[in-house]
Amino acid sequence: MRERLVTDVAIIGAGIVGASAALALRRMGLTVSVLERDFCGSSASGVNYGGVRRQGRSLAQLPLAQRAHGIWGRLRDVIGIDGEYLRSGHLKVARSDPDLASLEAYRERTRDFGLGLEIISGQALRLRWPWLGSRAVGGSWCPDDGHANPRLVAPAFAHTAQRLGANIREQTRVDEVAHDGQCFVLRSGNEIEVHAPFLLNCAGAWAGAIAARFGENVPMVSAHPVMAVTEPLPLFMSLSLGVEGGGIYGRQISRGNCLIGGGRGYALDDERAWPGRSAILSVMEQAVELLPALRRAHVIRTWSGTEGYLPDHEPVLGFSATTPGLIHGFGFSGAGFQIGPAVGEVLAELVRDGRSSTPAEAFSIARFTDPRRPHEDVATHPLKGIEGAPP
Amino acid sequence: MSQRVLSAEVMPLLNRVAEADRDRVVFTLDGRTLAALAGDTVLTALLTNVVHLGHTGLSGAPRAGFCLMGACQDCWVTTDAGERLRACSTLIENGMRLVSDRSALR
Amino acid sequence: MNPALAPVIVGAGPAGIRAAQTLARHGVRPVVIDEAASWGGQIYRQPPANFQRSGASLYGFEASRATAVHRAMTGVLERVDYRPRTLVWSAEAGELDVLHRGRTSTVPYSHLVVATGATDRVLPFPGWTIPGVFTIGGAQVALKYQGCAIGTRVVFLGTGPLLYAVAYQYAKAGAEVMAVLDTTGLGPKLAAAPALLRRPAVLAKGIYYLAWLRVHGIALHEGVRPVRVLGTQRVAGVVWNDGHHERELACDAIGFGYALRSETQLADILGCGFTFDPLQRAYRPGHNVAGRSSVPGVYLAGDGAGILGADAAEWAGERAALALLEDAGVPVDGARAATLERRLARIAAFGAGLERAFPFPAGWAAGAADDLIICRCEEITAGDLRGAVKDAGAHELNRLKALTRVGMGRCQGRVCGLAAAEILAHASGREPRAVGRLRSQAPIKPIPFTVVETGPEKPA
Repeated sequence: MRERLVTDVAIIGAGIVGASAALALRRMGLTVSVLERDFCGSSASGVNYGGVRRQGRSLAQLPLAQRAHGIWGRLRDVIGIDGEYLRSGHLKVARSDPDLASLEAYRERTRDFGLGLEIISGQALRLRWPWLGSRAVGGSWCPDDGHANPRLVAPAFAHTAQRLGANIREQTRVDEVAHDGQCFVLRSGNEIEVHAPFLLNCAGAWAGAIAARFGENVPMVSAHPVMAVTEPLPLFMSLSLGVEGGGIYGRQISRGNCLIGGGRGYALDDERAWPGRSAILSVMEQAVELLPALRRAHVIRTWSGTEGYLPDHEPVLGFSATTPGLIHGFGFSGAGFQIGPAVGEVLAELVRDGRSSTPAEAFSIARFTDPRRPHEDVATHPLKGIEGAPP
Repeated sequence: MSQRVLSAEVMPLLNRVAEADRDRVVFTLDGRTLAALAGDTVLTALLTNVVHLGHTGLSGAPRAGFCLMGACQDCWVTTDAGERLRACSTLIENGMRLVSDRSALR
Repeated sequence: MNPALAPVIVGAGPAGIRAAQTLARHGVRPVVIDEAASWGGQIYRQPPANFQRSGASLYGFEASRATAVHRAMTGVLERVDYRPRTLVWSAEAGELDVLHRGRTSTVPYSHLVVATGATDRVLPFPGWTIPGVFTIGGAQVALKYQGCAIGTRVVFLGTGPLLYAVAYQYAKAGAEVMAVLDTTGLGPKLAAAPALLRRPAVLAKGIYYLAWLRVHGIALHEGVRPVRVLGTQRVAGVVWNDGHHERELACDAIGFGYALRSETQLADILGCGFTFDPLQRAYRPGHNVAGRSSVPGVYLAGDGAGILGADAAEWAGERAALALLEDAGVPVDGARAATLERRLARIAAFGAGLERAFPFPAGWAAGAADDLIICRCEEITAGDLRGAVKDAGAHELNRLKALTRVGMGRCQGRVCGLAAAEILAHASGREPRAVGRLRSQAPIKPIPFTVVETGPEKPA
């Protein structure tokens, strides 16, 4: 006996993007049904490092990131918990002079966006953060960036949306989705059928397959972040650390555990991933180099997950080029956690108003599907590096 | 009872009932010299002298290990050089210098 | 000899040792990886070299079995590649990741026997983290391996055959045993008698322990419910409910546990399929009676694959090695294999009887107060877990872990996993089977950052 839900908006995926969109839509008074294959926020939104940072993003993303920054600042009002969010500051470390020059160039380019970046090097660096290893020659300091607990935040968006009346179904895989001429029809097994005039494709690493069903093929690849965590250690690091040019990222939570990420794992199957020994050892090696305080520590757990990447490391965000009512929000290329809450609001605005107050033209799906529109490939773009990418 | 000069709360935890005929091993805890027997684990060496392994519980609660077979990971202790040891699976050595509060180290 | 045959055995308890012996006898040289300093596992753990007690003193009724198992290993030591003090911390692409003397390396294998054994099954009660509370297995290790009792006035609490065995060993060694408090009443024991009679010698031993304890005036109480541990810096006493009243006993140490739970992290990382064992109320890696797991080339033997005891571990270790040889095309004695399988089938029935005689206290979760610490590494309480069920609708164990941190600490759920599953099942109105099991991650036990300072060992 199939349950039939008729709703204003159907959403595939309850990660931070889908869940925050559901919440924003409910606040607008629209009805929402969300179908989530696993548990809310259990994939990329739950396994990521937890960095809540604007620094390092492309210029095209900064308006979104600034909008999200405002939401993070009111997080408890929005989702009822603080999600262990701290404006601890984000220090992006340079391990060479050319890397330091890159950081300075980024600071210059982003002057108008009010990130408050400060370049610190040499003696000043050592004085301010004496625990930094000697390979760090300088860094770019963003005082209001920070970190949070990703395992708590996306589920909280989903639960808040649910409390406000969103219909969220976990462990509910979308088996069929199509437009029947009147509206979108989504089916999950023989249990649920959802009818809606709007469909948000927030299916994360699996969103490419959804887009393809509507004739839009994007070059999505899955990548698998690698994370390691230590036992609780005496507190020595209050900020979130990144590295220019990739490498590792690390933060210490209030309990004392240090979380270190970097490098690439691999897929065990379509849904599960494994860090792998070389990635684990590489993260450990780089970590102890930058954070000598870890020399006496142990790794007690590692994990990986699945994130969706696009070649220019920019997401697809905006209307479908083929199907009215279909709006995409995916492909955040390992950097969706901080901007996720703003993306959700933008998706909701696109539904209600047909446009958003935050520019998103750079993220149009047409850049992949329209042969006349070029997109950049990060492999050929020298200034774009993702944190933790292999060299 | 008259034999008890220490209150029960500060008597050492473990109670030797056999194998007393072994060489003496000398080590320190927070700079205090203590004695154990060759073949003792670090856990035995400590807990035949003191009542717990330090305040290693998350909330600062005292802990003394639990499973004694390397599974529960409750018995990690620290040397004065900052090195970490699992007490139940590491043998005590002459001259080992242990500390009960690792956060005091830098 | 087949040059492609490079078997590795993980674990050197009775299962691992019999597997090693069997392979060696067939002209195969296995690598045997042992986390301990010397073979024997937990039950037949050998004390350090300078200890003097006899086998009879150390192992009691088990002395002849212990000696036989030890000799089985010494008899093939030169024909196996024995690697003590070596931790298997992960596995990937046909190689084990091992940690030895602070350095990592990999050990390739063509076939793998996983004989990782078991640890105590723990169901918390108030005060269980106070210094002086140890597992029953831990209490046994203290005595056997270190010549120490866990205190001067010891109470043993919980259920299972180990409860009486270790209490007996303590009393015989001259430690003062204040009481043995068994959560199981007489009824279940009597009901299980027919199944237990399948192994009359083992049953007789159990009755002997009971009788000996009684004769020596050690208080035995059955059908008790643990209430709390007294003391702050260390154990000062224990309170229990005898079914009618609360009782209190002064003591300075408590050995506590409810039989055993399997160490399954390696089997999980290897991708073995797991099945739910309703009698043990736990998931364990699935295998047939010959020890073949769901992964070709991976064999499971001993308590690491399901609790059946030390004798079964020996037979299972030998049978798994024979299965490995069969699969590698080496001729084996089919009659012997069949004999081992018959023994294992009989012992499974006895094991089921033991579970009935010393059942899991099914009402435990309902009786756990909100402020009871379930995860001692992260200090997560039953109330924290129930909150995640109520507020976030959690009904799966890994989800509960993500939301509450239960099982995220240093022990990675070894101690708290089963208790957390019981709380989750009870709070979400589901069967324990339905809430799943904690998925294992690398490293199986903590690995030091110094492994990268000294550099990885080159593979041999």
